[in-house]
Amino acid sequence: MTDEMMEEGGAPGGVVKKFLYVNRKAPYGTIYALESLEVVLISAAFEQDVSLAFLDDGVYQIVKGQDTKSVGVKNFSPTYRALEGYDVEKLYVEKESLEARGLTEEDLIVPVQVISTEEIADLMESHDVILSF
Amino acid sequence: MPTIEVAGKTIEVDEEGYLQNRTDWSEEIATAMAKEDDCDLTQNHWEVINFLREYYDEYQIAPAVRVLTKAIGKKLGPDKGNSKYLYELFPYGPAKQACKYAGLPKPTGCV
Repeated sequence: MTDEMMEEGGAPGGVVKKFLYVNRKAPYGTIYALESLEVVLISAAFEQDVSLAFLDDGVYQIVKGQDTKSVGVKNFSPTYRALEGYDVEKLYVEKESLEARGLTEEDLIVPVQVISTEEIADLMESHDVILSF
Repeated sequence: MPTIEVAGKTIEVDEEGYLQNRTDWSEEIATAMAKEDDCDLTQNHWEVINFLREYYDEYQIAPAVRVLTKAIGKKLGPDKGNSKYLYELFPYGPAKQACKYAGLPKPTGCV
């Protein structure tokens, strides 16, 4: 994120860009999921229009009942439930990715909109900035 | 690693004075940290500190100041859920200072 964008976004009446964060990786084993979540929380503080999409193994990031004791890292899944308080309420999950993993909306820790691959493409089309993790 | 001494116990903190291990926290530690900043903790301070600890337990993060202000307003009423009130209690910044006393890490995105 450039300084210029931050200045524009931070001020009332400034330019608000539509950010889409695309999450494709499993929550643990790599740093991508946690890094994405942190960037989302930071950019939300700059009052940008933020949406999240979960695709492929990324859907596991928001699965209920995560237990990380045996891998020795922090279970950060409860933090997704804090997003609402940051006014990040647009969470999309790809239907095909959920189905391929035998999951349904009820298995997820936060309310989401389940949409098709085609609709995900439209979603990407409608955003100014796409950040893929 | 820097440490602080509270009631004869040595506790590890980071370079900015935040606790390394959240489980080390006690009310005595909060009081001692506040004393360092010349701040006497009142019931109003404790309300915010305890709120932050509950927030962390639930969401595993320290909230940004905007989120904290809104959430305090929801829980304790609009006369407390505003920046003026919170900055009077915690002049170094409500999220930063109160999180430190609450034994939480520095809020994400807080510079």
